Amino acid sequence: MSLNVPTMAELAARGETAEVLFWVGCAGSFDERAKKVTKAVAKLLNQAGVSFAVLGAEESCTGDPARRAGNEFLFQMQALTNIEVLNGYGVQKIVAACPHCFNTLKNEYPQLGGTFEVHHHSQFIEQLLRDGRLRVEGGSFKGKRIVFHDPCYLGRVNGEYEAPRALLEKLDAEIHEMKRSKKNGFCCGAGGAQIFKEPEAGNAEVHHVRAEEALATGADVIAVGCPFCKLMLTDGVTHHGKEGHVQVLDIAEAIATANDL
Amino acid sequence: MISSILFTAVLAAGVAGFTYQVRRLRRGLALARPSGRHDRPAERWSTMARVALGQGKMGPRPLAAAMHLIVYVGFVLINIEVLEIVLDGILGTHRLLREPLGGLYDGLMNFFEVLGFLVILACVVFLARRLGSGPDRLKHPDLAGWPQRDAVNILVIEIVLMSALLLMNAAEYQQLAASSQQLATSSQQLVTSPWLVSGLLLPLFGGWSDSALDAFAASMWWLHFVGILAFLNYLPKSKHFHIILAFPNVWYSKLAPRGQIPAMTSVTTEIKAMMDPSFVPDPNAVPPARFGAKDVHDLHFANLLNAYSCTECGRCTSECPANQTGKKLSPRRIMMATRDRVEEVLAGGDSATQKTLLDDWITREELWACTTCNACVEACPVNIDPLDVILQMRQYLVMEESAAPSTVNVAMGNIENNAAPWAYPQADRGNWINS
Repeated sequence: MSLNVPTMAELAARGETAEVLFWVGCAGSFDERAKKVTKAVAKLLNQAGVSFAVLGAEESCTGDPARRAGNEFLFQMQALTNIEVLNGYGVQKIVAACPHCFNTLKNEYPQLGGTFEVHHHSQFIEQLLRDGRLRVEGGSFKGKRIVFHDPCYLGRVNGEYEAPRALLEKLDAEIHEMKRSKKNGFCCGAGGAQIFKEPEAGNAEVHHVRAEEALATGADVIAVGCPFCKLMLTDGVTHHGKEGHVQVLDIAEAIATANDL
Repeated sequence: MISSILFTAVLAAGVAGFTYQVRRLRRGLALARPSGRHDRPAERWSTMARVALGQGKMGPRPLAAAMHLIVYVGFVLINIEVLEIVLDGILGTHRLLREPLGGLYDGLMNFFEVLGFLVILACVVFLARRLGSGPDRLKHPDLAGWPQRDAVNILVIEIVLMSALLLMNAAEYQQLAASSQQLATSSQQLVTSPWLVSGLLLPLFGGWSDSALDAFAASMWWLHFVGILAFLNYLPKSKHFHIILAFPNVWYSKLAPRGQIPAMTSVTTEIKAMMDPSFVPDPNAVPPARFGAKDVHDLHFANLLNAYSCTECGRCTSECPANQTGKKLSPRRIMMATRDRVEEVLAGGDSATQKTLLDDWITREELWACTTCNACVEACPVNIDPLDVILQMRQYLVMEESAAPSTVNVAMGNIENNAAPWAYPQADRGNWINS
């Protein structure tokens, strides 16, 4: 199935506009593993007939890692530039496929004059299901054991625990919980610009610990909702020698796979 | 008469000492810049009622929550009795409220005694947890030395205060019972039965003389009273200051979305001036003395109040992914170090001026180990925010010293140059569509 993903600029050139802006994010644009998530989200939006577009070459880092590393100047440069672009296109509704982008767009851009209705892709897809615009049946996940790892910036920071779980429920799989889940979820170790640096000295890696906890549930699939969690936990699963046995999949990938997209 | 004067003098000294310490605390908190957290008062009061008064965030650890509730309720209610102690002490009376309150007085005393007994029990369990079987957070290296002694002191003081009350009641009753037996009119004289808990302690006083019982009861009364004043004056030096400060601390909670870092308006002004030549900056705006925080003076009021309100329970540290994987960072220690640094500044001298919170109290290694996952923020029962301090110190490191780890500098350089933390051209951002 070929993707129908116009950019805002292309639509504007044709005198058209889109209801929803799909905010892809840096990982979703460039990282091979995260690009699969981006494509899955786009396929689902296409399948549901959502009028959406991306910024493409006009998209730019939200500034989240810069702000959390302490670089307020760079963050605001990014934010103010992005807000100008978004407001230029009259964007009102955004779907972000990364909880860090989601959080920054939702909670931090209003400080600088960018007020949008922002959804994480799990929330948006769940709404499509509830509206009957999208249907999901278990397919290849039927009877499998799935455990969901809460991304910090979706769960604890923004209080969204249910939308991703509601989506996983649709897969006719057994949903398991780790001991530390929802508001007590344990970080994958990537946030706060950690993914861009070497960890400080310690006696373990955060993502190894979290992957071990997920594997201990006996899961066949570790479901995530964040490209950085996906990278970290994939490495963690490999570290524990479970590569090829246990999949780390974004919820959007799982739903798209179940729908044979 | 002499005892009234002595009592009043001791009371005055105790209150004066506490007042002095509170003023010192205010000087400490005044080192900070304003928090700006006086908005949405209704929400602040309701948060305080729910989280502080209502213990709303204690739930996840039910055993500790139940025992803490007993000590908390016990402390607040039993101290109603201090009112009578003060009146008796000043007026030279004895159990002034007994007659006017009648049966209610016995009811109250029975209630206080049962509560007091439960407090002792809870404190013994707390001691056992701390010194023996408890969770790692109570034996963590953060607590080596004074913090651990402080915790034990507090529990021992609580046990002594409550025991004094119960022993006093028992000795008094024993004395009363003995004297009425001597008069051989026990049934008429002794109208009341013993109170619930002190009644069980009566065998301890079998065979004691009237004067010994009298002296013992009086000394327990003094011990309880002086103990409370000593406790009051110990609090400001102790982690246990949280019993008072938790309330204002929760009032000053962050009400903005958890995922929102406060925007530096001076930076916004600068960027807007860069982007738009017609932009006119606010002529009254004062540029900040410093970006971010190097020392306690750079932090805001709520950060320092957080530091003084921390009772070092370690729930934050036990949830911290960095700490749990052996990194040096401990959110609890961030707050403890902040308080210690305020104290150092208040004490004055060379250390106050030559040292800083950064490097002398909190290392860069700790600051860079944080994943900003907010687990510490979630875990704190009184809404202390160690992450806020960490982020402000990172801002100082990056914006004033350009001292980020080199790999972070590379990522930030990429964001600046090609709009992503990795070195991919911005023009390629849409390539995934057709790949």
